[in-house]
Amino acid sequence: MAEIKNYTLNFGPQHPSAHGVLRLVLELDGEVVERAEPHIGLLHRGTEKLFEQKTYLQNVPYFDRFDYVSMMANEHAYALAVEKLMAVDVPERAQYIRVMYAELTRILNHCLWLGAAALDIGAMTVFLYCFREREDIFDFYEEVSGARMHAAYFRPGGVNQDLPEGLLEKIKAFTDTFPGYIDEYETLLTENRIWKQRNVDIGVVDKEAALAWGFSGPMIRGSGIEWDLRKTQPYDVYDKMEFDIPVGATGDCYDRYLVRVEEMRQSNEIVRQCIEWLAVNPGPIMSDDSRLSKPSRSSMKGDMEALIHHFKHFSEGYHVPEGEVYAAVEHPKGEFGVYLVSDGSNKPYRMKVRASGFAHVEALDYMCRGHMLADVVTILGTQDIVFGEVDR
Amino acid sequence: MSDIKQDMEQTGLLELAGLQACFGDAVQSISEGIDCPVVVVDRKAIVDVCHYLKDKQGYEMLIDLCGVDMSEYPGFVEGDARFEVVYNLLSIQHNKRLRVKVLLAERELLFSTVEVWPTVNWFEREAFEMYGIIFNHHPDLRRLLTDYGFEGHPMLKDFPVTGRTEMFFDEEQWRCVYRPNKVENRVLIERTWPGVDRG
Repeated sequence: MAEIKNYTLNFGPQHPSAHGVLRLVLELDGEVVERAEPHIGLLHRGTEKLFEQKTYLQNVPYFDRFDYVSMMANEHAYALAVEKLMAVDVPERAQYIRVMYAELTRILNHCLWLGAAALDIGAMTVFLYCFREREDIFDFYEEVSGARMHAAYFRPGGVNQDLPEGLLEKIKAFTDTFPGYIDEYETLLTENRIWKQRNVDIGVVDKEAALAWGFSGPMIRGSGIEWDLRKTQPYDVYDKMEFDIPVGATGDCYDRYLVRVEEMRQSNEIVRQCIEWLAVNPGPIMSDDSRLSKPSRSSMKGDMEALIHHFKHFSEGYHVPEGEVYAAVEHPKGEFGVYLVSDGSNKPYRMKVRASGFAHVEALDYMCRGHMLADVVTILGTQDIVFGEVDR
Repeated sequence: MSDIKQDMEQTGLLELAGLQACFGDAVQSISEGIDCPVVVVDRKAIVDVCHYLKDKQGYEMLIDLCGVDMSEYPGFVEGDARFEVVYNLLSIQHNKRLRVKVLLAERELLFSTVEVWPTVNWFEREAFEMYGIIFNHHPDLRRLLTDYGFEGHPMLKDFPVTGRTEMFFDEEQWRCVYRPNKVENRVLIERTWPGVDRG
């Protein structure tokens, strides 16, 4: 009999199911993965170095570019970190707007995940369906910020501007129809024989492993740990929202799929609750702390000090008191945290971004061992990796 | 020692008193930060402290590890520890967070905590790559994010933002090559502090 040797396979960095730019070195025994070594950093842009050269306001748009499929959720963590350090209260309306957009972002992210993960496995139609709904959410992004993706809408102290007239009705209409769309996705996948064969019992992670590998978000909930920062360490107005946390039972790819689909339904409910409140409660959308808010247009016309303030606000920026803080949000992908060290100046001294995907890719080797080559694609898909945040 | 006890009583951090009792002088300070308690420990005790925190205090998850270069921090003087290594821990069973810090001088080694939390592996690799902090007994201390063969530790404060080399495509050799960087380092907005008259 011919001697069979292990061989090494380069997966990516240009492979379509590598979700961007992952280079994966796979050691195979026949079709069974013996070892998977991810090489990341092909999208490394040195953002953390750049943070130290930019003022706090200039840093906001960089956050859109971390996880570039859930833009506002990234900004949310940054805004919370700066607010914590400055001890600023955010007006309630701004908090509701943020929560509403954070949940729309979760739907946005999960739609992309569902479409892409299904496409990896070979289900083309789901991708087209999901992108149809993403288009609607991009329109909501555009109406509120002018940009379809990289919104720079959540600012430390609140949000950039109030909701335009008529937007709430449009979002309301979306939330009325969206659960029906989720049903459509589910008819295509949930009981689908091929989908189950490819997902059930693939990439099983038990509770201990999920903790040891630093999993968060749907990855840890898929393994049966009921952990959601929106419930356990609520920020903004999440403590006033009513929603459930879906939890998996076996910790395989199929459970994580179910968790994410249910999260979309729950997010939809949270958005509806926010709309109800926002429709009847007008108010300020930016903290009245003059360090963070810009002066009004009308005051600038007649008041020299206001004009100077406006100029300084956008050139020199504001100073953040000395100290260090870690703020985290329940990002669609997991825990997205910002560790901010300030030396009291107008630029961060050091800002470290904790991306959930970073810990997840690291565990790829653990999850892939002993699986077939085709399952690597499923596991990559289930981790919901975006290299903007992994490589930073 | 007594200072730390007083601090703990004032801030209600008595649950961390066990840490002080177990490790004595290796625990350099315990204080209440803006968001969570902050513990500074000696570099030699870090692995034992991490084991203790995981097994006895329930910090089963390492959320983040990062280095900080303190060399340009206001008040830094020659001889101070240049680096901070910051461990952000999370306890899911008790729903609380903790920040552990280690102060390191240049060229001082720190023991790796991979045996406590496997996930720390890549975080330590990143801290090594960005700051040159060496983690002893780390199974695989290689570069992680920068290019294969990259030289230097880019997050150090004395590393220029524009980098030291640039890459371009060489027509003659028909491949990418590095050459020294000629891009000038520009500062668009100066770092300023409040209340300082800048005339």
